Amino acid sequence: MAIPRFWRETPSRYNLIGTKCKNCDTIYFPPRLICPKCHRKSIGKLEPIKLKGEGEVITYTVIHDGPKQFEMQIPYIMAIIELDEGVRLTAQIVECESNEIKIGMRVKSTFRKLGEDGKAGVIHYGYKFIKA
Amino acid sequence: MKVGIVSYGGYVPTYRITPKEIGNVWGVDGDVISKGLRIFGKSVPSPDEDVITISVEAARNMIKRCEVDPQDVEAIYVGSESHPYAVKPTATIVAEAIGAVPNLTAADYEFACKAGTAAIQTCMGLVASKMIKYGIAIGSDTSQGAPGDALEYSASAGGASFLIGRENVIATINKTLSYTTDTPDFWRREGQMYPSHGGRFTGEPAYFKHVINCGRELLDAVGKTPEDYDHMVLHQPNGKFPVRAAKKLGFNDEQIKTGLLTPFIGNTYSGAVLLGLANILDIAKPGENIFVVGYGSGAGSDGFDITVTENIKKMDRGPNFSIQSMVDNKKFLDYATYAKYRGKIKLREV
Ligand SMILES: [Zn+2]
Repeated sequence: MAIPRFWRETPSRYNLIGTKCKNCDTIYFPPRLICPKCHRKSIGKLEPIKLKGEGEVITYTVIHDGPKQFEMQIPYIMAIIELDEGVRLTAQIVECESNEIKIGMRVKSTFRKLGEDGKAGVIHYGYKFIKA
Repeated sequence: MKVGIVSYGGYVPTYRITPKEIGNVWGVDGDVISKGLRIFGKSVPSPDEDVITISVEAARNMIKRCEVDPQDVEAIYVGSESHPYAVKPTATIVAEAIGAVPNLTAADYEFACKAGTAAIQTCMGLVASKMIKYGIAIGSDTSQGAPGDALEYSASAGGASFLIGRENVIATINKTLSYTTDTPDFWRREGQMYPSHGGRFTGEPAYFKHVINCGRELLDAVGKTPEDYDHMVLHQPNGKFPVRAAKKLGFNDEQIKTGLLTPFIGNTYSGAVLLGLANILDIAKPGENIFVVGYGSGAGSDGFDITVTENIKKMDRGPNFSIQSMVDNKKFLDYATYAKYRGKIKLREV
């Protein structure tokens, strides 16, 4: 991934910073500039909000044939997680065997290495989830 | 000027491997090594963990249980001998991940296993001189021993973070003192994956000389005797050296017990003495005195005389944060998985 794009996403990847529409109180992650419910009424009313990083597994898949970067980690679990603030996101669940994961399982965020641009490139960090 | 610890937090990875499992691969009786080193298991980082992730987790555990606004943190120093980048600081990533950017100074330290205690001393100086309000000192490592080398049985992963300040301290640091010489007992040259060491030379002229001299000078400087302390922790490259050094200094098993984690998680290098101190603070009562001496090859020792204050009662020292719960939360790996996780298997290039 290009360095500038990853760098711009640092606040949300490191600290789960989303946005909250001050017009209708809906929370978005990743952050948005306009609320899709309120449209023009939301202009200038989306404020950053730090999500707590606690929630539950809505659904998941076990990946057995991942990209080259992840070959040390297969099989690994990708899940859709609903955070307690009501927003959903996709993330890897780590330190959990494929027979341990369950829909509805409580999870919490952890700070991990997401990947690297080869041996000489930048290392990317951000959230993954573990069993709460 | 009174300076002390405002908050602290640790992190120990979940995976473990036993000396027996390592020994099986190299045709060595791992149980004999286990007894010799007094190490029953060592922590192993996940493939997506490194000094940066461990430092961030430790710093977040520290920030979560105090009322300090991360924006008031004006310095972060991370001590490690396994920083993921040769050039590009761990400290800036930690600063971003805990919300302390941009108005702070930050840098990485390296002094074998004592870079974390050096970071505490730096923060103490900056805080005491009122150059900064709060400083964060972290000691963290994911150290490697060459496959089959004696160090492979002990080199592990973990870290701890300390918030140093003047107000609302949970423990006062009454005194710090160091003892440093040029001693080539252990080193790693640029670009080398594994360190080299001077074998038996790492004992008497290195670890014991520095730890004991620093410890004696600290006792003299504060006018205390070993009986004045409730707890003590020394750097712990294995489970035996710190016990022998502590006895030489005049401390007993009861005082040593809580700070000694290496038998259960291995040598976490820059994290070792700080995780031991964190484990002591997890159970310490107001008024108790703690004696700390770290050690880093190369070589030097940093000593600290610490007294716990009433504020410690307000701190959440429960299972969400306690070092003991991290030590107890473990999953054992076989050697093949360990080798895969630690990058000891050569893969085809992408
Ligand atoms: Zn809205």
